[in-house]
Amino acid sequence: MSLEVVLQSIFSAAFIATVIRVATPLILPAMGGLLSDLGGVINIALEGIMLAAAFTGVIVSGFAPQWFPGAPAWSYPWLGALAGVLVGMAMGWLIAFFHLELKTDIILTGLAMNILASGATVFLMFSFTGDKGSTSTLASARLPSLQIPFVNNVPVLGTLLNGENGTGYNIMSYLAFVLVVVIWIFLYRTPAGVHLRATGEMPDAAQSVGIDIRRVRYQALVASGFCAALGGLYLSMGYLSIFQANMTAGRGFIALAVIFLGNRHPIGALIAALIFGTASALGTRLGTMAIPPQIVEMIPPAVTIAALIIYNIRRRARINAAARRFQEQATS
Amino acid sequence: MAALVEMKQITKVYPNGVVANKGVDFSVEQGEIHALVGENGAGKSTLMKILYGLEAPTHGEIWLRGRRVEIPNPHRAIELGIGMVHQNFMLVPSFTIAENIVLGSEPRKGRFIDRAQAIAVTEELSKTYGLQVDPTARIEATPVGMRQRVEILKTLYRGADLLILDEPTAVLTPQETDELFMAIRTLVNQGKTVIFITHKLVEVKEISDRVTVMRHGEVTGRVATRDVTEADIARMMVGRAVFLQIDKPPVLRGRVVAEVRNLGYVAETGRPVLRNISFSVHAGEILGVAGVEGNGQTELVEVMTGLRPATTGEILVDGKPVQRQSPRRIRLSGVAHIPEDRLTNGVALDATIAENLVVDRYNRPPFTQRGVLFPQVIRKHAETLMQQFDIRAAGPDALMRSLSGGNMQKVIVAREFSAEPVLLIAAQPTRGVDIGATEFVHTQLVAKRNEGKAVLLVSADLAEVMSLADRIAVMYKGEIVAILDNGPELTEEEIGLYMLGVRRQEIVTKAA
Repeated sequence: MSLEVVLQSIFSAAFIATVIRVATPLILPAMGGLLSDLGGVINIALEGIMLAAAFTGVIVSGFAPQWFPGAPAWSYPWLGALAGVLVGMAMGWLIAFFHLELKTDIILTGLAMNILASGATVFLMFSFTGDKGSTSTLASARLPSLQIPFVNNVPVLGTLLNGENGTGYNIMSYLAFVLVVVIWIFLYRTPAGVHLRATGEMPDAAQSVGIDIRRVRYQALVASGFCAALGGLYLSMGYLSIFQANMTAGRGFIALAVIFLGNRHPIGALIAALIFGTASALGTRLGTMAIPPQIVEMIPPAVTIAALIIYNIRRRARINAAARRFQEQATS
Repeated sequence: MAALVEMKQITKVYPNGVVANKGVDFSVEQGEIHALVGENGAGKSTLMKILYGLEAPTHGEIWLRGRRVEIPNPHRAIELGIGMVHQNFMLVPSFTIAENIVLGSEPRKGRFIDRAQAIAVTEELSKTYGLQVDPTARIEATPVGMRQRVEILKTLYRGADLLILDEPTAVLTPQETDELFMAIRTLVNQGKTVIFITHKLVEVKEISDRVTVMRHGEVTGRVATRDVTEADIARMMVGRAVFLQIDKPPVLRGRVVAEVRNLGYVAETGRPVLRNISFSVHAGEILGVAGVEGNGQTELVEVMTGLRPATTGEILVDGKPVQRQSPRRIRLSGVAHIPEDRLTNGVALDATIAENLVVDRYNRPPFTQRGVLFPQVIRKHAETLMQQFDIRAAGPDALMRSLSGGNMQKVIVAREFSAEPVLLIAAQPTRGVDIGATEFVHTQLVAKRNEGKAVLLVSADLAEVMSLADRIAVMYKGEIVAILDNGPELTEEEIGLYMLGVRRQEIVTKAA
């Protein structure tokens, strides 16, 4: 493939569709991480929660015919998703319990969850399917895509709104965008959201006006487990339809970076996630050229580092500019 | 008049065995301004925390409006109409004033916060009680005086009839204090009752109707304010006569020891914190730095002592430039530093007194020879200083953590004074220190000055600066706006005008 073809494929509706698909599993955990971070309890276990939820969704939907014999076939993906979400919320609750009741360090607790999820999913996968690499032998379900009717015949719009195949985006992608708006309104317009932000910024102030900061933090961590679980479920029941060992591949951590690059605001985080999505999609496109795959795989992390560097350079530049203005003032 | 609150036989024993209150009886009448005074550790904060539901009493009863009540948490206290304004403001910096006032009990429109209503309520309260605030300003951008009014409005919004103000004037300028007192009188005229915690006796006389004095967890005095003098109250607080006035021989100004020229500092955030600062400190004088906290005093001290790098300008000690050098190099040039935040920069809490007394000199003989420490020398050194500076502790091996605030400060004073500096920089040297230790620190500072050392005294306590300094530099928004000769004709009000930025001296740089 020539460079020209690559460029053509980048500036296309199909490319935007790819970006949305790739950004979905960043937006969802980022929203979860944002809630806990603003509540003053940073959740670095997003990665582990995604992994555990992705695994649970596949196993429960795959074994649903045996486990829930009476259930209709259409319910299998939903049973899987429900189980995955419950596992994610339980992990969020567990972090809250360890941190708030047993006073463990929240970073170490999150780290432990990540290690636990990574090991436990492989172990359980082997127990259930006899395979340590992936669940390809298991016929697990996929969450449905939503197709927007009547637009497929319109050239660009069809691809934009319904993806390259015209089948529509996965329901989780829609959910991701809806969640951004819901969380935005929640944080800035509802009492509970304002209490959450107050708890994170100035716990003493929140407590002194009768806000139960312990409860707020429990809720924040459980909610972050919920959102991260959605991101994991998308990976194994939407993006792909199998579970692979460590398939999250650092997305939970990139989601953390997304939160900070987005200035701890839902819309900012959405934009940051889309930037990372673009970088990943670009990597995939370049993969079709004669570039070693190792280099292509380096693009998303390289963008992360570059973004952080740019962010800090700009901050320093601001400081230096202020210092210069000041020097001029001082010498004048 | 009927008692609004009666606390009967309150005893509080903390789990670590400290007895904070011993059978305290405390009563406040409806509609009065009641001052609660005592040294640090006298138990007045504990007593108020019990009343506000932050601490549970070990024994004792609380009666409110003639009925016995239990106050297990602040929530209950608020329900009963008790409000507390804490010494450290309990405000969310990035929220607006209106948001802070309604936080926790927001007016709602369906599921959402009714922002317009929050602003309207704030404006109405503000007007009713004469407490001027800007409802849509963010807390981080408002001055301290306004933050305090926000705190008071917060309690009023929650329906408080009884307001507990915990050392409310500690961070205010004289003008702001006057405004606060006016507001308090308005509150009382509208039927509110105020408990005013303080250790400033002038204020007790000025504002209160009655005083309760506490010492060592017990009530040592309960009097009508008009019947007593400041000295009487001081005696009840300390248990002996106190010298409130310091004797100072006239200043004998010597050579210039330290000179600061066009010093500027830009914070990490890009905000200029110090602008074009120039002054000099002479041998044999105390140069006081006054100003509302947060106007660059902290940064000035930290830049001068090497804890932060200067962005522009020069600092000369004995003619040699020391700006942007390490704290150790600066100390070796003859600068000693009593830091503002004693727990972070002043002492190592988990080290012993002896270790804390040598942190600036452990690497030199006689404490170290050929890279080996001599513990017995360090111990002896500590014993000498402990005796000389009246540090009360179990011994040189006692951990810093076990000392009271006053004794901790004495350890720092002992270390810094014994370093034989040419320039002594003292930042808030008596903050959180009781009257006895304050008297000691003041005497020592004046003694250093009389020996011919240069002393730079930075303090938020204007009375302290005025009683000790020979000249007073006033800081406002990162600049020195005036350098005034201290004398009987200089008034608090005049300095206050400079502190508020209302007035500034022309060509301050030349005056230095």
